[in-house]
Order: sequence, then structure tokens, then C-alpha cells
Amino acid sequence: MNKTWWKILGSVLVIYTAIAGLLLGVPRLPILNESIRNLYFHVPMWFAMIVLFSISVFYSIKSLSSMSEIDDIKAVESVNAGIIFGLLGLVTGAIWAKYTWGQFWSFDPKQNFAAISVLLYFAYLILRNAIDEEQKRAKISAIYNIFAFPMMVVLLFVLPRLKDSLHPGNGGNPGFNSYDLDSRMRMVFYPACLGWILIGYWVYTIRFRLRSLENKQQHN
Amino acid sequence: MQLAKEVKYLIHKEVLLEWRSKYTINGVLLYVVSTIFTCYLSFVSLGDKLTWNALFWVIMLFASINGVSKSFLQETKGQQLYSYILASPAAVLISKTVYNTILMLVLTTIALGFYTLVFDSFTPPDLLLYYVAVVMGSISFSTVFTMVSAIASKAGNGGMLMAILSFPIIIPVLILLIKLAKNAVDGLPWENSYDEIGMLFLVNVLTVATSLLLFPYLWRD
Repeated sequence: MNKTWWKILGSVLVIYTAIAGLLLGVPRLPILNESIRNLYFHVPMWFAMIVLFSISVFYSIKSLSSMSEIDDIKAVESVNAGIIFGLLGLVTGAIWAKYTWGQFWSFDPKQNFAAISVLLYFAYLILRNAIDEEQKRAKISAIYNIFAFPMMVVLLFVLPRLKDSLHPGNGGNPGFNSYDLDSRMRMVFYPACLGWILIGYWVYTIRFRLRSLENKQQHN
Repeated sequence: MQLAKEVKYLIHKEVLLEWRSKYTINGVLLYVVSTIFTCYLSFVSLGDKLTWNALFWVIMLFASINGVSKSFLQETKGQQLYSYILASPAAVLISKTVYNTILMLVLTTIALGFYTLVFDSFTPPDLLLYYVAVVMGSISFSTVFTMVSAIASKAGNGGMLMAILSFPIIIPVLILLIKLAKNAVDGLPWENSYDEIGMLFLVNVLTVATSLLLFPYLWRD
């Protein structure tokens, strides 16, 4: 992924969704009204977060077997980038909830579980800060990351289905695709997901390069 | 069969050590009893059964963090090295988990008895289902906390790290447990609880499998 084409593609897609998402037509629905446009900005954050956390687990597994410092830096930097997207997802969701459900924090299961899974990764970062020795830190934090990942999957994808939620597609609410993700919205929503995932990956690569340069400087 | 033999021997060792000092079991028991009593004195006006149910699980959560975290945090470096030489990592992890499960079972059973004794109005109509929840809780608490306490002890930074690392992981389990116990308090038929029991079972299998895969890396210094 050293080429630039995907960076250009990601930026073009995100700029396109920002303009088209605010200007193109959307279905008129009660309660949601124009706030439905937030779908283009709120949901892609979670996709980007999941992709970044998956990258992190992949490099954690790799660093356990290879014991290389580079894999460890990759794992931690993708968590750092993923947490930004998780927080953005929480904020955009809270603002959306204010205008549709009435409160910033509506004690919706998905809201709570998303917040808990962000806590999980904050715990991971604190665990890293607690250990001074580099090799040991890489190993122990990789183990915690791999141990926590299945729990995050349970939190985000399995538990909300057992509970009633205000989110579409849960607790008897019809899913988005069934009534309002019509072809006009799809034209913006899918590019938005892809665009934000690419931007997230880009953020991660920049962070990784910065960190490895810093490390190189320290060793010299 | 080498593994089964090692596990049996190590569990025997744990039980023997505990039996000699009786520190953990008595300490955590006193902790549970005094917490229940404190809660009784502070919340006595609350009549809602569901609040009592949630309170019971919160008390159990803190008691089990205190009880289970001893398993690795208490051991000295020398003791860990000794068992590292003698037994395979899988045997160490399994024996600790099984021992903690037994410990938690004894503890939660006594705690539940005391709880229903103190809070007379609490006694759930479906006591058997409630006990199933308690057993599932003991198993899940010990599988998760054993691994997390191993991580915390290797990080060399005991108590606080243990709490920070284990809370986000245990919350999904705790939510399922409270839901299952609530079904028992409401006296719903068992069919309504199969979802939660199945999920808890699945989470435990997942936890044990990942722990068994990861523990050898953690154990080797």
C-alpha cells in the first residue's frame, strides 16, 4: 500500500460524500427529517473503527510470534487511530440522538456497549503505560489485545441483538435498508464507508511512520 | 494423560495451601458478609427486588475480583518459576481456573444463603434458576479473572491494573448474568432463559479457548 492512488481515492470519496451527503435528495421521514444525513457520517466511523481494531489484532498476533518492534508499533498505532474514530462515532451518535430520541445519552444498549468497548481500548493503552520494559510491554499488551477482541465482538455485535434498542433494526424497529436506504442514499452511503475506512487507514500509516521515526531517533 | 495428572496435582497443591492458611476464603467471606450487611443498613428502605438483584451481582463482582486476583498476584517470582519448571503452562492455567471456580462456588453459595437470610423479601420464586445463574457467574468470573490476573501480575502492577483491565471485559458477562437472574426473580418459565444460558456458555468457551492459546506466551518470561 505504498502507492498514492488509494489516498487520492479516499480523499475524493470523503469530499464527495460531504458535498453530496448535504446536497443530494433524501427520503422525507417523520422524526428523522433532514437528520437522516448523519447516516453518512455516523455509521462509517464504526466501520473505520472496526477495520482499524482488526488490523491491530492482526499485528498483535504477528508480534507475538515474530517479537518484532515494528509489529508492536503497528498494533498500538492502529488502536490509537481506531479510538479516534470510536470517539467520533460516539459524538456523532450522541448529537443525532439529541435531535431524534430527545437526549444526548439515551441509555440505548448500542450506545452503552460502544462506550464500553472504547473503554476496553483505553485500558489497553493504560496497560502499555504501566510497563516500562519494551519487549515485555509488546508481549503483554498483545496478549491483552487478543484476549479482549472477542469480547468487543460480543459487545458490539451479539449483545445488542438480545436487547431492545432504539437503533434501527433492533427491538422491532425496521432496519435502515428496509425502508429508507433507497437507491439515492446508497449512492452516498457506500462510498462514504469506503472513503472513511481508507482515511482511517491513512491516519494509521502516518501515525506509524511518525512513531517509527521517533523510535529511530531515540535509538541513535 | 500427563496434563490431567499435572492438573490434578496442582489443584491439590492449591487446595492444600489454602487449607493451611484459610486466608483467602475467610477473608473474602468476611468481605462479602460485611458488604452485604453494609448494603442492608444503607439501602434498607429500598423495596424493589430488581435493585436487590443488581446489588447482589455488584457485591459478587467485587468479591470475586478480590478472591480470584490472589491466584497469580499473590505468588512470588520464585513460586512462579518453580511451577514453570515443573508443569506445562496449560496445566497451570487449567488448575488455577478450576480451583478458582471451586472457590467462587463455595463463596457465592454462602453469599446467596446469607443474602436471602438478611433480605427476607428477596428470596426469588425460582430459586433453582437463580442458583444456575450463580453457578454460571462463578464459572465466568473465574475464567475471565484468572487470565486477567495473570496479565496484571506479569505487568507487575497489581490491584488497580486488575480492576481497569477486567471491568470492560466482564461487563458483557455481568449484563447477561443480571438478565438471567432477573428472569429467576420474575419467575419466568425456563424457556425464556435459554438464550442467556447459551450465550454465557459460549462466552466462557471463547474465554477459555483464547486463554489457553495465549497463556503459554504470557507464562514464558
